[in-house]
Amino acid sequence: MAVVKSSSSTSAGLYTRWFFVLPAVIFVLIMIVFPVLYTLYLSLHTWSGSAIRPPDFIGLGNYQTLLTNDPRFGDALIRTLQFTLAAVIVELLLGLAIALLIHGPFLGRGFVRTMILLPMVATPVAIAMAWLLMFEPTIGLFNGILRSLNLPPQLWLGSRDQAMGSLILVDVWQWTPMMALILLAGLTSLPEEPFEAARVDGANGWQRFLYLTLPLLLPTMITAVLLRSIDALKTFDIIYTMTRGGPGFSTETINIYGYVQSFEYFRLGSASSLLVVFFAIVLGISLLFVQIRKRWGTI
Amino acid sequence: MTDITGPDRVETSSPTLRTGTTPHSRSLRATSLRVLRYIIIALVVIIFAFPIAWMLLSSFKTQIDITTNDNLFVFTPTLQNYQNVFQQQNYLQYLFNSFLVAAVSTLFSLILGLPAAYGIARFRAHWLGLVLLTARIIPGITFLVPWYIIFGQLRLLGSYWALILSHMLVGLPFIAWVMIPFFESLPQELEESARIDGASTFGAFIRIALPLAVPGIATASIMSFIFSWNNFMFSLVLAGDDTRTLPIAIFNFLSYSSVDWGGLMAAAVVITLPVLIITLFVQRYIVAGLTAGATKG
Repeated sequence: MAVVKSSSSTSAGLYTRWFFVLPAVIFVLIMIVFPVLYTLYLSLHTWSGSAIRPPDFIGLGNYQTLLTNDPRFGDALIRTLQFTLAAVIVELLLGLAIALLIHGPFLGRGFVRTMILLPMVATPVAIAMAWLLMFEPTIGLFNGILRSLNLPPQLWLGSRDQAMGSLILVDVWQWTPMMALILLAGLTSLPEEPFEAARVDGANGWQRFLYLTLPLLLPTMITAVLLRSIDALKTFDIIYTMTRGGPGFSTETINIYGYVQSFEYFRLGSASSLLVVFFAIVLGISLLFVQIRKRWGTI
Repeated sequence: MTDITGPDRVETSSPTLRTGTTPHSRSLRATSLRVLRYIIIALVVIIFAFPIAWMLLSSFKTQIDITTNDNLFVFTPTLQNYQNVFQQQNYLQYLFNSFLVAAVSTLFSLILGLPAAYGIARFRAHWLGLVLLTARIIPGITFLVPWYIIFGQLRLLGSYWALILSHMLVGLPFIAWVMIPFFESLPQELEESARIDGASTFGAFIRIALPLAVPGIATASIMSFIFSWNNFMFSLVLAGDDTRTLPIAIFNFLSYSSVDWGGLMAAAVVITLPVLIITLFVQRYIVAGLTAGATKG
């Protein structure tokens, strides 16, 4: 970086300001804004990635096909929302319970925090492999346990009806700790005085939780749900490595379908239109949460 | 329930003080509640650690021990799976690739991200912070198709550069996310007095702000490294045969031989062990990184 340029300016003028942020902004523009515009451009064309045949302009044709004539897209969209909704709700409830549980002093606090960190820092592909082995219908641990309890073994990931639930289970295992740690940080930063006052007034634990902890924690909960929802909508690693969207598309989310269209079918035009719609959905949901946080998050 | 719902501040003073102030004596009930709490905490820890422990355990089992399934915990451990992984596959190369891409992309993200975060924090250019954070919101697949085409035209497809540049997009927003609030929390007086003594803005940044920000930088670097190390989708599309990172290698391993579970688990352990070891040592930083920005009003 050109250090010399700014060494003469002593005040934080416009020039210095840009000197600090410009390299990162240019990088982001090149790596994100330009590609997104390129995706927009491709979404108006039909192209197989061939160097000989350039993209053919077809206007909004891809969007029309996607929204009116591609049931796989609609199904994938519904599945994505189901996956996100189910995973995030369970993670919020479990995460809140765990945060309350490990809030406050106890022996082995650091150890417990380290252990619950492991699921979310462990390499997703690696833990997907571990879960594959546990879900395995003939040799897997889960069916082993069911058999020893004289219960009928299940197909888990091999069944159209159970595969999505199994993947949600993995996501819940992987990301509940994230929710718990964010909420724990929120609990730790709550002011002490209202709790003291409530105790003096004779409020019991449940009342303090309902009327103090929950409302005071609401902004943190909204932020945590926002962060988790954005990531859950985009879940790729565990789904693609464990089921590849199968069996029979039953776990194909938008992200998986977009990947398959782009890099397995090489229908780059229609894939791009799908990605633009996906982009809009994720952005829309993010903005919605930001609005929710603005309105109700500051109680 | 007293300890569970209240804020956390009492920890440093004295825990006995709090139990002493509870209105009526109910020591038996309090003790049994405490025991119950420890039992539930233990259960939670077991549940979250179990799949990783199972992976580790299975990686030392022979194929027969895994498939017969009679003795889940009693077996003669073997290192054969690890030998197979390192002999049959080019794992040392993949290990090197993963390390190189994670380290270089983290370094470059810091070089771009630290001045940017400082500039945004000091000159209150928060809309620019939002620009950097959009990279965290936008689905990666949206720019993966154009990257694939552009890197292909630049003959960079399958090169380390394609991987490093794409992984920087994972690291950079994270560094901004952690470092903007961190720089904002640093007192400005020291930099101002350095500037009065004749240092440039950039000199004040390098000599005053950066050394003070070391804890934040540590958090951001560790997280950026781990996210790059774990990254699957970008590498899946952009890596070549020689530049393949570990997550891609193990994914291909699954496709060839879905039968060799022991080998698969050994490979999974090889990938994730470095991350787990880092986590054991710097747990505090990781918690700070993951929860950064989420609790401020």
